Amino acid sequence: MIAEAGLAALWLAAALALLQLVAAALGLRMTRTETAGAGGAELIGAVRPVAVVQGLLTAFALGALVLVFVRTDLSVLLVAQNSHSAKPMLYKVAAAWGNHEGSMLLWVTVLGLAGAAIALLEKRLDPRTLVATLGGQAAIALGFFAFLLIASNPFARLDPAPAEGMGLNPLLQDPGLAFHPPTLYFGYVGLSVAFSFAIGALVTRDVGPQFARAMRPWVLGAWIFLTLGITAGSYWAYYELGWGGWWFWDPVENASLMPWLAATALLHSVTVLATRDGLRAWTVMLAVVAFSMSMVGTFLVRSGILTSVHAFAVDPSRGSFILALLVLYIGGALTLFGLRIGTVRQGATFEPISREAGLVLNNLLLSVILGIVLIGTLYPLVAQALDVQLSVGPPFFNKTVGPIALLLVVALAAGPLLRWRRDDARALGRRMLVPAVVTAVALVAVLLLAPGTGVLSLLGLALSAGLAVASVAPLWGRNLRRTPLFTWGMVISHLGVAVSLAGMASESAFTREVLVAAGVGETQQVGPYRVTLEGVRPVIGPNWTAIEGRMRVERGSQRSWIAPQQRYFAAPPTETSEAAITSALDGQLYVVLGQASEGGRRQLRLWWKPLVTLIWLGGALIAIGGLLSLVGRLWRERRPGRRARDAEVLA
Amino acid sequence: MKPKHQRLTLVGLAVAAVLGASGLALSALQGEAAFFYAPSDVAKAAPPVDRAVRLGGMVAPGSIQRQPDGVTIAFTVTDGAAQVPVRFSGIAPDLFKENSGVVAEGRFRPDGSFVADNLLAKHDERYMPPEVAGKMHKSETLEP
Repeated sequence: MIAEAGLAALWLAAALALLQLVAAALGLRMTRTETAGAGGAELIGAVRPVAVVQGLLTAFALGALVLVFVRTDLSVLLVAQNSHSAKPMLYKVAAAWGNHEGSMLLWVTVLGLAGAAIALLEKRLDPRTLVATLGGQAAIALGFFAFLLIASNPFARLDPAPAEGMGLNPLLQDPGLAFHPPTLYFGYVGLSVAFSFAIGALVTRDVGPQFARAMRPWVLGAWIFLTLGITAGSYWAYYELGWGGWWFWDPVENASLMPWLAATALLHSVTVLATRDGLRAWTVMLAVVAFSMSMVGTFLVRSGILTSVHAFAVDPSRGSFILALLVLYIGGALTLFGLRIGTVRQGATFEPISREAGLVLNNLLLSVILGIVLIGTLYPLVAQALDVQLSVGPPFFNKTVGPIALLLVVALAAGPLLRWRRDDARALGRRMLVPAVVTAVALVAVLLLAPGTGVLSLLGLALSAGLAVASVAPLWGRNLRRTPLFTWGMVISHLGVAVSLAGMASESAFTREVLVAAGVGETQQVGPYRVTLEGVRPVIGPNWTAIEGRMRVERGSQRSWIAPQQRYFAAPPTETSEAAITSALDGQLYVVLGQASEGGRRQLRLWWKPLVTLIWLGGALIAIGGLLSLVGRLWRERRPGRRARDAEVLA
Repeated sequence: MKPKHQRLTLVGLAVAAVLGASGLALSALQGEAAFFYAPSDVAKAAPPVDRAVRLGGMVAPGSIQRQPDGVTIAFTVTDGAAQVPVRFSGIAPDLFKENSGVVAEGRFRPDGSFVADNLLAKHDERYMPPEVAGKMHKSETLEP
């Protein structure tokens, strides 16, 4: 019954999405002229409640799916394929979205909830633009409802029901699965709000500071989730895959990076639009691009047309459906953009040396990186069409993205030190003096202490030091208590970039690796650690058995024990390795237990990764900065007195 | 600057950025894209030596041999039509075993053997890399 109720809720939600789209379109058309009848206003009035109910119904459907997984109702095909009665409860819940159908239902649910949130919370947007926005949101939802209901019904029954389920891919049996996909989807699909805003604004020709101020918190919110999702996903892959790497330039990773790059650019350009009324067309374009990248990402991940280390639930036959949706929405939005953008007035102008120009540079560099990542990710597909099989990996991306990212870091250091509208190059030079000196000192220090460091790592380390100083410079000489929360947010996010960059550069420059077949009692030295294999023994977990290596870890007088494992899962039959990671303030020791080799020895792979934790700490700082910024903006908007003063300052 | 000029400048910059990105990406792809080889491709024409490529196929049954150093393995990759010997030092992935699909990242040596830096086997045991599936299908139909 639960499954049928979930399916019924989905159909109902789809019907409401159709109603929402039609009501918005007809309502806007009927009320366009002054002589409109009452019908149009009623249609418009229906859009908001319909959006809310549609969101609630999708949430109900997801709840129903989670419930059948919790009860391990094996008469539901999806449960039988992906779950198992002996699985811990957390993974039963998480298994609901650890597969194709369930993850698409999660996608649609987030989309529906985003629409409901716009309908409930958005108060600043022009009412007609809001209706058009909700119409846009309904149009997107309709396509994905169709996809879900026609091509990937999560509630399909299996008759007769099997006695036991097939289990969940063991690599996914990790707390990460419970949080990572939902976080990422909130980010991905949250960008649909920006997309719908852009559509709404194009329909009503209402692109201006008011629109930008209304859109900004939504973009920030989605961007925070994306940042968190990517950071957490990177750490998850780092400890779960057991390869010691934190980013593989894999298509699935790129699929999450591309919307993030576009959203980051959008976040900065929307600020120009909100504060200075510049970059109107560009901001609308970016809003369209950002969600388009989310859809491209979904297509790449869901269709399985690219080989990925992360793809966990793929079905090529569905790729063409998502591709059709992709072409429909991106093509439609770009057509609307082309038709309408001519009627959007030119915004305010600015001088070549100004905060606006700095943000334009930021946007250009981010777009270039986005373009390169997109080309690199899609190139194998193009080649495949020409019957050439190839893959594009880290050598390509590091070589192309690396230098441009470093340029972006330089721009990032200078940008916040620029004044709006007009600034003086020599004044900027004076403000940049200290960061420049710090960069130079760091450069020389690395050259002296660690000669032979690669160019990218060397520049990365030096620039991260300079950026760390430059990013806190906007606080210099200010009353810290009076500094607005969103300025703190900017400072902390930019500092997070410096921290993360330092971690990446240090990891790539100074990692030490040892690969041996070690006998019991043998000691390996890796970095500052001495690791001794004390013994190997079998252990039993809830739904796995494992071989565990017990090892003594010594550093100076400190001593601790670690136990990396090789796990064997019965359902489905799989082996995984569980790396043992010892964290210290200055880095991590990462140990993987391999197969047995001759003479009772065991393969061991050990890494010493100095400062590697900074990568994710930086990511967390970036997200925290975003959160402060979001709270600061919303708080200020609530106080009309402040807003009036702002307006005066701007005038 | 007049508004119209600024808009033109910005559009120009954007176009330049797009062209620049594409140019940079495509030129780098010439040198850095890792071509995918199946054993029968190697049998037909000599592969490039010392360039990062991928080799994919099935691990031939009975071919995995552990070397005395304890961390190196030698095995044979096959696609039904031809075979390539591979050496790999490191911890093989969890799903690496005989008779299942593998993608080896590495370089060919002048003698036609392959040295892998990394082995990819999929998370899912039912999985076969799409490239391998495509190539195996072809070699089966062309050379039954």
